[in-house]
Order: sequence, then C-alpha cells, then structure tokens
Amino acid sequence: MKQFLIILVAAFMITSCANNNQSSEKSGSSSKKVSLTAAGATFPMPYYNLVFKKYTKSQGTLVTYGGIGSGGGIRSLKDRVVDFGASDAFLSDKKIADLPAPIVHIPTCLGAVVIAYNLPGIESIQLSNELLEAIFMGKVTKWNDAKIKAENPGIKFPDLDITFVHRSDGSGTTYIFSDYMSKISAKWEAEVGKGKSLKWPIGIGAKGNPGVAGTIKQTVGAIGYIGSEYAFAQKINYAKVKNSSGNFIEPSIESISASAKGEIPADTRVMLTNSSDPNAYPISGFTWIILYKEQKYDGRSLAQAKGTLEFLNWLIDKEAQAVAPQVNYAPLPAKAVELSKQILASVTYDGKPILK
Amino acid sequence: MNSEKITKGVLLVASFLILIITCGMILSLVSGSIPVFNEFGFKFIISTAWNPTEDKENYGALPFIAGTVITSLLALIICLPMAFSTSLFIGEYFRGKWYSKALGTMVDLLAGIPSIVYGLWGFYVLRPFIVDLGLSSQGYGIFTSGLILAIMIIPYATSISTEIITMVPNDLKEAAYSLGATRFEVIKSVVVPSARSGIFASYILAFGRALGETMAVTMLIGNTNIIPTGLFDTGNTMASVIANQFGEAEGLKLSALIAIGLLLFLITGLINAIGKFIIKKFA
Repeated sequence: MKQFLIILVAAFMITSCANNNQSSEKSGSSSKKVSLTAAGATFPMPYYNLVFKKYTKSQGTLVTYGGIGSGGGIRSLKDRVVDFGASDAFLSDKKIADLPAPIVHIPTCLGAVVIAYNLPGIESIQLSNELLEAIFMGKVTKWNDAKIKAENPGIKFPDLDITFVHRSDGSGTTYIFSDYMSKISAKWEAEVGKGKSLKWPIGIGAKGNPGVAGTIKQTVGAIGYIGSEYAFAQKINYAKVKNSSGNFIEPSIESISASAKGEIPADTRVMLTNSSDPNAYPISGFTWIILYKEQKYDGRSLAQAKGTLEFLNWLIDKEAQAVAPQVNYAPLPAKAVELSKQILASVTYDGKPILK
Repeated sequence: MNSEKITKGVLLVASFLILIITCGMILSLVSGSIPVFNEFGFKFIISTAWNPTEDKENYGALPFIAGTVITSLLALIICLPMAFSTSLFIGEYFRGKWYSKALGTMVDLLAGIPSIVYGLWGFYVLRPFIVDLGLSSQGYGIFTSGLILAIMIIPYATSISTEIITMVPNDLKEAAYSLGATRFEVIKSVVVPSARSGIFASYILAFGRALGETMAVTMLIGNTNIIPTGLFDTGNTMASVIANQFGEAEGLKLSALIAIGLLLFLITGLINAIGKFIIKKFA
C-alpha cells in the first residue's frame, strides 16, 4: 500500500509538472539577438511564411511560426509560451476575460474564403444565398437540380451527387464561413450557427485547408470552402458568390479589399463578411495577431518586448503589406493600418510605451 | 557485489519509471475528463450529440465508439479468412519452400509500412476504385476504412499465427499421419486445435491495433460525427476525432476529447483482458 502511494505521488508530480512548464527562460539578455516565436492560424500561413522569412533576412531577427490552428495559438498565448498568437476569429469578450491579462488585436491582412468545387469542364458557376443555404444544409443534393440550373443558364450540369467537404478540425476558416452563412440564412443561424467547429448537417470532413482542398480536387462532384490561397495555388475552380448588393462577385485582391471599406472599430474586432460595398466579395475577413498589452510578464526582457513590437510594426507597414498580394491576400486598408499603429503604440513594458 | 547492486538499481529504476509513466497517463486522462463527466454525467458515453458551437455545447462519445468498433470489426472479419489461409500456407502447407519464405517476407514488409502511407494509397487508389465500382458516390466511409484497416492488420495476425502454427510439435503431426490422416485432417484435428489459443491471440492483437489506428482512417472515413447506418455511410472513430480536433479544442471540448481518449484506453484494455481470459481458458 505504501509503495502504491509513492507511485501515485510520483505520478501526480510528473503530471503537475507538465501543467506548470510555463517558459521561464524567456529572458533573452539584451546582448543576444532576440528571436520571436509565434503560433496560430493556418489560414494566413502562406503569407506569414513569406513575410516572416523576409524580416529575418533583412533584420536578422529570427521569427518562427507554428501553424497549429487559431485555438492552439490562443492557448499558447495563454500559457505564455509564444511572443504572440495568431487567429482568424477575434476573441469574444468572454474569451478575453479568460486570459490572464488584457490583450490587443492587430489585423495583418485580409483573406477570403472561397466556395471551391470539382465539376470537370465547368469553370465558373455562380451561387446565390438561397442556393448556398440549400446546398450546405442538404436540401439540394444533385448538381443537375433545377435550382442550380436556373441560376447558371447555359451550363450543362452532370447528374452527380453533391458532396459537401468541410473541415474536420476546428478552424478560423470555418468561423468566417459560418459567420457569413449565419448572416445570409436565418435557418443556418438557428440550426447550425457560427463557430470554429460546428455541428454539420451534412457532408464529410477533412483536416486543414490543404486537406479540404485535396479532397475536393480528388472527388468529382465535391463542393466546399477553403482559404482562397489554397484554391488559387492548386487551381481548383471556385464559385462567384452574390454579395449584399445583389452582384455576383469573384474573389480577387480588389474585391476582398473592397469588403473592408466600411467602419472599423477602434479595437479592430470586426467581421467583414457580407459587406455592404457593391464590389465586395462577401466571404472576406481580417486575420489577427494577438499579444499582451503589458509586455512585462514572466521575466520577459525589454529587448524581447521591443523586438516583438518592432516586428509587428513592420508587419503592418508598406514593405510587408506589399508581399500579401503575391500570395493572394489583400493588404490592409489605410484605416486599419492607422488603427493598428495606434494600438501598437498603446502596448507597454512596465507601464511605459515601448514604441517611440 | 557492487555491480550486483548497480544492476539491481538500474532494473528497479527502469521498471518503476514505466509504472510511473503509465500511472501518470491514466491520472492525467482521468483528471482531464472530469469536467465533461461533471457536465453530462455518464450520459456522455451513450449520447450521440456532438455540438461544439458556443453556448450550445453538447458532447457525446457514442458515434465515435460506434465508428471505432464497427470499422475494427469489419477489418477483423475481412482479415480473418485471409490471415488464416496465409498463415496455413506459409506455416504448414508449403513450409520452408522458397515461395512461402518470400510470401512471409512480403507479409512482414506489409507490417512495416507506416500508416500514413496506407492512408495515401487508400485515398488515391482504393477510394477512386470504390467510386468506379459504383459502391458509393464519393468513396469515403466505413467500408473503405474497414478495408484499409484489414490490409493493415493482416500482417500482424498472419505472422503471429504462422509462428504459432510452425511451433506445433512434429511428433503430433507424424502420429496423425501414421494413423492415415490426410493433410486436411491433420490441419483440422491436430494443427488448428493445438495452435488455437495462439491464433486467437494474434487476432486479438490485430483487433487492438485496428481500434487505435488513426491516420489512415482519418483520411478515408469522412469524419462525420454521426452513427453510421450503412456500410457505405461516413462516420468517425475515437482516435480520428481526437487527432482532428485537439488543435482548436479548449474547455469542455478538450475535456470531451480527453474523455474519449480515456474510453479508447479502457476499450483497448478490455479487449486485451478478454483476449487473455479466452486464451487462458482454451490453453
């Protein structure tokens, strides 16, 4: 019995260690070069990979990014194992309150979620809000359904089952998609709602944007939503979607940018889906970087905090933003850059602003 | 004397470490799943709900338990005749012949293929083939996963059964032959009965592997969180839902996933215990 107790205590100690391993060696002294660690969303990853490398090359500061998903990014931030997290969905007030200290959101670029499909020989289709609801809720199950034909005159649709492919993992892409669906369909809002992962009425799941893109590409008759870059890069066809002004819009840098022309709140926490701009692609959104407002925590050095802030300040500036269109993300509108700069200026170290 | 002590110490530390790790794992699984059992009680195990939407959170493990058990059973059923025949072929009928040695090596090779490779093959070759056969419109689902699992576990069942079959004492078989038994009769009334418990153990082991298999199944099952109603329906398994969803999970959902992990652990443990019990009874 005594031995058993010892084992139990030892086991408990090991598990409790695991829960408390908050990185205490974050205190890179000022003599050493700072290196930054970040983790989060996979949606902006093609952009981040490119632009982070560029920064490392020009400034010598190593920035490593782990694409572990928005939720993972926030959890890492909560555990204070990263310098900043990245998320495609902004944190709700409740989630912010769950974190140990106040945080700020910095938008980094705009992306679109496209409705990709696989119908050999059919290069362009257009889908109204009613059709999106009907297809994604399982009311229209065949490609040659009269409703689809009616909206796409001149296209000969095959007699094929529609296979809806969605994300099997939680995802910011799903959040943007479901936020849009909730705005255009009361039925969707009531029965499915919005979130990073959902109770899907129909369809099959695949993991990650690359997984959904691959599954659509391999499955004739498939339709699904993916981050635009993944559809562009893999040359998967995508649909034009009807925006709130009644125009069918193709996702492009211009139409994505147009979605951010409206009001942006001071803390930048806004969903841009279903924009009122007549030229806007309606399933667009910001993607954010999230960091603590007070950078002195866990023995972080001033140099580390400064390195983080300088990098973020660079990220929202012209040089980095110019990279975004190369990988089919839209750069931030001037208004958002201005707001972000104000937010970054409000970030402090021991109560004093870091950026001059 | 000193070396004696050192050896003893090393052995003690090594084996205790394993014990501690196992206990630690069980402990963290149990403590991680407490919130979900607090919230839903044991209804969690029999509930079919899986709704991660904020404010409507509701979790149940039954679809995943069903998916795991159905795919693994299907795999076992497909695997049984193939593994049994192959092991008889290699271990008894053509024992020692070059082609049965080659076959044995092939089977072992099959066991060494990583599961992601099976997944890829299933995704790009097997699944389109099932679509071409017209069995299903997109090819994902219980049947495809069961089939790939069967191929994955055949080598386990086969190589252990072969080993056991070759271990049947020659005296016994020769005695049967001298009594005028035919080859088939020797297999039926000597080889199989005396190798019975070992053969059975090999299937239990194979079944256990099928239960925990993750990657290949995730790529083929369709990841739909419902109880499958037909052979060609999509579904999800316990291992697959954990692999898919842990990244974004937090709070109650994370707890639900850990609880599913705990249940999977218990089911695998239970299967092994049943296997051991039956082996003991037959042996």
